[in-house]
Amino acid sequence: MSVVVARGLTKRFGEFEAVRGVDVEVRERECFGFLGPNGAGKTTTMRMISCTSPPTDGELSVLGLPSSRGRDIRRRMGVVPQENNLDEEVSVVENLLIYARYFDIPRRVAAPAAEELLRFVALQDKRDWRIDRLSGGMKRRLLIARALINEPELLILDEPTTGLDPQARHLVWEKLRSLKREGVTLVLTTHYMDEAAQLCDRLVIMHEGRILIEGPPRELVARETSPQVIEVFEPDEDAARGLRDLADLAERVERLADRWLFYTADGDALLAKVRGVVPDPGSVWLRGATLEDVFLQLTGRGLLE
Amino acid sequence: MSASTTTVTRAPRTPLVRIPDVRLRSAWRLWQRNAAIYRKTYRVNILPNFFEPFFYLLAMGIGLGAFLEREVLGFEYIDYIAPGLAATAAMYGTSFEVTFNCFVKMQFGKVYDAAMATPLTIEDVGLGELLWGTTRALIYGQVFVLIAAGFGVVHTPLVIFTPIAIALIGMMFSVIGLTFTAIIPLIDYFTYYWTLFITPMFLFSGIFFPVSGLPGWAQVLAWFMPLHHSVNLMRALTLTGDVGGAILAAAWIVGITALLFVFPLNLLRRRLVK
Repeated sequence: MSVVVARGLTKRFGEFEAVRGVDVEVRERECFGFLGPNGAGKTTTMRMISCTSPPTDGELSVLGLPSSRGRDIRRRMGVVPQENNLDEEVSVVENLLIYARYFDIPRRVAAPAAEELLRFVALQDKRDWRIDRLSGGMKRRLLIARALINEPELLILDEPTTGLDPQARHLVWEKLRSLKREGVTLVLTTHYMDEAAQLCDRLVIMHEGRILIEGPPRELVARETSPQVIEVFEPDEDAARGLRDLADLAERVERLADRWLFYTADGDALLAKVRGVVPDPGSVWLRGATLEDVFLQLTGRGLLE
Repeated sequence: MSASTTTVTRAPRTPLVRIPDVRLRSAWRLWQRNAAIYRKTYRVNILPNFFEPFFYLLAMGIGLGAFLEREVLGFEYIDYIAPGLAATAAMYGTSFEVTFNCFVKMQFGKVYDAAMATPLTIEDVGLGELLWGTTRALIYGQVFVLIAAGFGVVHTPLVIFTPIAIALIGMMFSVIGLTFTAIIPLIDYFTYYWTLFITPMFLFSGIFFPVSGLPGWAQVLAWFMPLHHSVNLMRALTLTGDVGGAILAAAWIVGITALLFVFPLNLLRRRLVK
């Protein structure tokens, strides 16, 4: 069964078209990612899927129901927002209990569920703290716990680790993986490629309101880009002239603000030639292609133009 | 579809008059949230809203009243102004809630966004706020009536109907205030609401002197002031015992509330459901 099915999903704000005919299908128990630069339409698409923003055009069904039945869908879904919107005036555990009421969950069910969720996100020691004493990572974990209070079948996360330190990010990732193992379907947005590669079974890359490509992260890397990349960091003018002559030997060359990227199937052969024109060996290195290369190839050029 | 090649179809705006997608039980959930948080903070909150009309009662009723040679329409001055100050306490209690507090919850705390990710709709949230604003009016208005009764200003058994009257007054000012809150772009705009709406009403609604003493045009203006009818209602129920007057004033309040009721809910949808 598909948890989310969108056909020609479109969102216009006045004359601005934020989402332009998106087709997407999220399967049960998978982790599905929306990637894209700021303004790509990820958050708008997520808001439509979470039934807080009605589509302007197209078809959308969530958990087997048409998106017009927002109340019934939202009852079975959890949403972790990008911005903290916890109730600041009350304690950690009271935040969960107040939220449980919105779902008509009786207190005798909500109270033990809240304690269990606090253990799940490792906040049981902070249960009586006020929200302003929590760190950014703790707040994010509490938002995740809050989104789970109604035992959702579908969990929607908008940039779940933006602004968190590395330890906090890994903790969030671990929690999301264990939720997935328990059978929760996850849909998330991110602009961290490593996060997408770590968590997502399948993903789409969005740009200017459209989906550019779709598939499992590894498959996308294999399909959309060459397997190896040679990076040259800030070549001087002589080196740049030499690199330009080598461009034909690569399958593709990408120029970013501070570096050149040579995409190739035979990294070692090209590396020797690049080393020949760049005097500083420390500014040249060979690596395997990643999702980031796919992303830059599809959306990055706009940054230089 | 061929027409859309030249004109871009705009996303439809929520119409102002429309049956809101609202369920009482869901609205009640937001009321419970507010009540839970109020229990934490009422010690700080209760002071300004409640003491202001109370100080007026002391200063004007006892202080100024001692210097008045004549009674006002045959009443002691403190008796005359107490019912209007009760209506004012209700108005303040509700108005602070649905203006500043609601704006902060909506704009800075993102409380409404959090609620809208649950089975609640924005209209449920709006109705919950109206009910909570009404509750605040009941707390401030009724406590004021009880304390004022201790000063001996209650002269009719109709006083038992004051909770109903205060609830009606509270709901009316909740609807008016929340409508304003749903429209304004910045919190600073509340200055207009308070200095051009609330304060003039407080001065010219017949709390401190009878409106009948004003020029004709001002009397007409007073008839359009929600607080004027609230004052009449409270005065009938605590001082004069004028049943006909009470019914008339209550009818005005219910009528204006019914007329405006859907606006705050639909305006909140227009603002927050994009």
